[in-house]
Amino acid sequence: MKARVFVTLKPSVFDPQGHTIAEALHSLGYGAVADVRQGKYFELDLDVESREAAEKLAAEVSDRVLANPVIESFRVELS
Amino acid sequence: MTFAVVVFPGSNCDHDAYHAIKHVLGEDAVFVWHKETSLHGADVVLLPGGFSHGDYLRTGAIARFSPVMRAVEDAARAGTPVLGICNGFQVLLECGLLPGAMLRNRDLKFHCEFVHVRVERTDTPFTRAAREGQVLRLPIAHGDGNYWAPPETLDALERGGQVVFRYATAAGEVTDEANPNGSVHGIAGICNEARNVVGLMPHPERACETAVGSDDGLVVLRSVLGTMAGDGALEAASR
Amino acid sequence: MTSRTEGREMTIDAAVLERHGVTRDEYRRIVELMGREPYLTELGMFSVMWSEHCSYKSSRVHLKTLPTDGERVLQGPGENAGAVDVGDGLAAVFKIESHNHPSFIEPYQGAATGVGGIIRDIFTMGARPVALLDSLRFGAIDRPPTRRLVKGVVAGIGGYGNSIGIPTVGGEVMFDESYGGNPLVNVFCLGVARHDAIVKGVASGVGNPVYYVGAKTGRDGIHGATMASAEFDEKSAEKRPAVQVGDPFMEKLLLEACLEVMKTDAVVGVQDMGAAGLTCATSETGSRGGVGVEIDVTLVPQRETGMTPYEIMLSESQERMLLIVRRGREAEVERIFEKWDLHAVRIGEVTADGMLRVRAGGEVVAEMPNRALTDEAPVYRRPMREPAGHDERRRIPSDALGVVLPPQDVFLQLLASPTVASKRWVFEQYDHMVRTNTIAAAGAAAGVIRLKGTRRALAMSVDGNGRFCLLDPRHGAALAVAEAARNVACSGATPIAATNCLNFGNPERPEIMWQFAEAVAGIGEACRALGTPITGGNVSLYNETDGQSVLPTPVIGIVGLLEDASAVRTRVFPAAGLDVVLFGENLGELGGSEYLKTMHRLVRGMPPALDLARERALQALVVRLIGEGRLASAHDCAEGGLAVTLAECCFESGGVGAAVDVPAAPSDGGVDTVIATLFGESASRVVAAVAPGDVAAVLEAATAAGVPARRIGRTGGDRIVIAVDGARAIDCALGEAETRWATSLAHWMEGRAA
Repeated sequence: MKARVFVTLKPSVFDPQGHTIAEALHSLGYGAVADVRQGKYFELDLDVESREAAEKLAAEVSDRVLANPVIESFRVELS
Repeated sequence: MTFAVVVFPGSNCDHDAYHAIKHVLGEDAVFVWHKETSLHGADVVLLPGGFSHGDYLRTGAIARFSPVMRAVEDAARAGTPVLGICNGFQVLLECGLLPGAMLRNRDLKFHCEFVHVRVERTDTPFTRAAREGQVLRLPIAHGDGNYWAPPETLDALERGGQVVFRYATAAGEVTDEANPNGSVHGIAGICNEARNVVGLMPHPERACETAVGSDDGLVVLRSVLGTMAGDGALEAASR
Repeated sequence: MTSRTEGREMTIDAAVLERHGVTRDEYRRIVELMGREPYLTELGMFSVMWSEHCSYKSSRVHLKTLPTDGERVLQGPGENAGAVDVGDGLAAVFKIESHNHPSFIEPYQGAATGVGGIIRDIFTMGARPVALLDSLRFGAIDRPPTRRLVKGVVAGIGGYGNSIGIPTVGGEVMFDESYGGNPLVNVFCLGVARHDAIVKGVASGVGNPVYYVGAKTGRDGIHGATMASAEFDEKSAEKRPAVQVGDPFMEKLLLEACLEVMKTDAVVGVQDMGAAGLTCATSETGSRGGVGVEIDVTLVPQRETGMTPYEIMLSESQERMLLIVRRGREAEVERIFEKWDLHAVRIGEVTADGMLRVRAGGEVVAEMPNRALTDEAPVYRRPMREPAGHDERRRIPSDALGVVLPPQDVFLQLLASPTVASKRWVFEQYDHMVRTNTIAAAGAAAGVIRLKGTRRALAMSVDGNGRFCLLDPRHGAALAVAEAARNVACSGATPIAATNCLNFGNPERPEIMWQFAEAVAGIGEACRALGTPITGGNVSLYNETDGQSVLPTPVIGIVGLLEDASAVRTRVFPAAGLDVVLFGENLGELGGSEYLKTMHRLVRGMPPALDLARERALQALVVRLIGEGRLASAHDCAEGGLAVTLAECCFESGGVGAAVDVPAAPSDGGVDTVIATLFGESASRVVAAVAPGDVAAVLEAATAAGVPARRIGRTGGDRIVIAVDGARAIDCALGEAETRWATSLAHWMEGRAA
């Protein structure tokens, strides 16, 4: 079963990479892109039987390893 | 006194720390491989700089799960002095022995240069030989040294006197220009509540001999001599 | 003509040959050597081994003329790197390599994998890599594509070098339009090993197992020549990454594990897999040992599915090593690699028949004599011809120079020009301190690292000058050798050996081949005269786009030995109140100079004269005087001439200025004599700071050595003052000049003029 995990910086954390990308877009004329936040995307290939098991496993792995709860939040999507 | 220098896959500054401890300071040092589960009764634990696990995922994020970290956590709880330098500091943050987290440097560039830090507290095992307000000229070499903590944590750190080093000018002023990476409050190094675990981004082990540019780092390593495991707790009690 | 690949029929026709870069004559030769027509996999293997990059087919006849012997030489060209004795039973193992084309395609990964490749070449010899230098050349900095390349390349070099923990202690960065479509990324690496710990890339011992360790093999770096027969369609194209992605963490593990393994004597030969991957590693180790190698590609760890033997043999996936293990010691070797979470896999063995035999399970899919791939590669003696307009270029058209600005304006402009300006923006992105051996680094002319456990240090520098080489390739190349050696001497180290990276255009053009041959001759002359044998190097040809070639750019790396590390010197004036001494003669030569290019957009004239005997005497003198403690600092004169050199001695000194007065130099080509004096780039000159009490002895020593020398002024004050025959030509605040110099590159990189 496949799961996708999106890890993003918490809103209160300054994102220098996202900021730099937004500036670059602005200098290319994309003023309509008001803001950019950069995050991470993981594709997990899970060897489990049910969707519940997949969600639980993905959430645990994300919470424990993939995201740093001090500065990041995550969201899991099952395909 | 024996220092345990923990070596993770990808640690680079383990040999530099070993050299500083053994050949400059004249104390004993042993390498402890990350798969080991004992620290061989060392008096001080040092987590060195480098790129453990390539800094993949996040700096220090994978190293914190190494078998040896159990022993490091136990030693920290028992009051053993633990020093995390650069990547070592990042590992301590990831495993929660120190509060907060590291972000990418605000200008997104890796910085290798000499900076000045001001010693804010001398009541830790790694700063007791320094003077409060002393300015040390130390090298940094990092791309992710931008320290951040949520407001409540930051508050607690400041109130608890847990900020041990701040980036400063040569004259000892904490200014934005003197801050190479954007760390909140110019924080270059902190300690835990019990005051025995210290993490800092600059490299004192690279500044132990004038031949390589500065020996201001010696005071950090020298401070811990004479400190036995358990003193950290005493320090906290007498704060 | 037919061939077989996994049971499918594939015709080798003219189109297939062309896609493989194999000429008809070369194909005929292949058939001759094999005694039959090749299978497609075999053709692929020949195509990469006989490529210019691997076989040096256009350059070998010329490279053979280089001096490679010397009493310190432990290993000359022909192995993964060269090695020289540096005392105390230690050897310096070093080489320089290029990764030009990949860096244009993907700047970060191109540069990163270039660093990875040269590092592997060093530790594959059993030496721990301890220093890196890089020589970078880009196009015009005011163009966004150039800046993108600079950012990516510098980030890639830093990203890889920092992660693996090897300090980058110096290098050079230059800008010229000719490199616009063809950046040059040359990386030098130096390692240290005990003499008896050096391991060569030789297969030996029939029956010894052949092991593969490191990253899994993928389809990286296989050029358009991949033929998966009927499977080759859009989906296949998607599967093939055009660029190799480096993994410095994997390489760090490999480095530590290999060094640990090589400390035991369980391996008889080691070679890294770089260009031409598995094919190269197997055929070269087999050839060197005069033995055969047999492997089974199904045993090769793969990270993609459905890889064909062709793809496996041609893959250039990074971070992979080939080891020839002593039979019976396999478990020991495997165990050491396991400790580092690496899997060493047996993929074959050494045989007696001199053949490279590739199996896919039970079936032989490729088979040829090892030497057919290596020693029997074609050797071309390509036609050479002096380029048209060559003589014309050697005159400076003084009447066409236009406005000549006042010297002070020229001075400030040169300081801010991208080639001259401070490179701090670059080297601060490199960790130059890790391993705590660096005693003189970036910013100093030569990088110097101490050898812990001894009193010694090693100095190193990489230098080149494409303009000089365009105007006179032989001479320009000799000047590059002289400059690199002089930089090393200025740190107090005796130059002892050299490596070269030859960056040129298309060798099938006689003008380019002429430049190449001339340059090699010049390198040979200079290396002989200066006592720095060539221990190995690299050739990068075809650096051209749309018929526009780069400036012919031989880059020379010189290694020097400092007997007493504590005597090391840098370019910076250490204090006020010292005398400034100029060694050498100021002949005001502006041919090919930074002045002519920056101020008049011209590359014209004759490169500065070079008297190699004089140069040798100068270097020996400087080294001796530094060893005696009589020079407080030393800096060689290069781009921008005396004025820039003097300024650089004041920069980063903490505010120590200088005031000097020099005699006017003869005018060059009718250009104003003051300009010629200040900005001429005559060779064999060094500016040094000397304590007043030592000046007499220094000048005496110079006279005795036949080296011109004169006291030209004093350090101190907060200005840079340069007079010519008593008349002030430059008089500016040190702070203003230094700020220009220090901030210029950052401004250029942000798209602002300095």
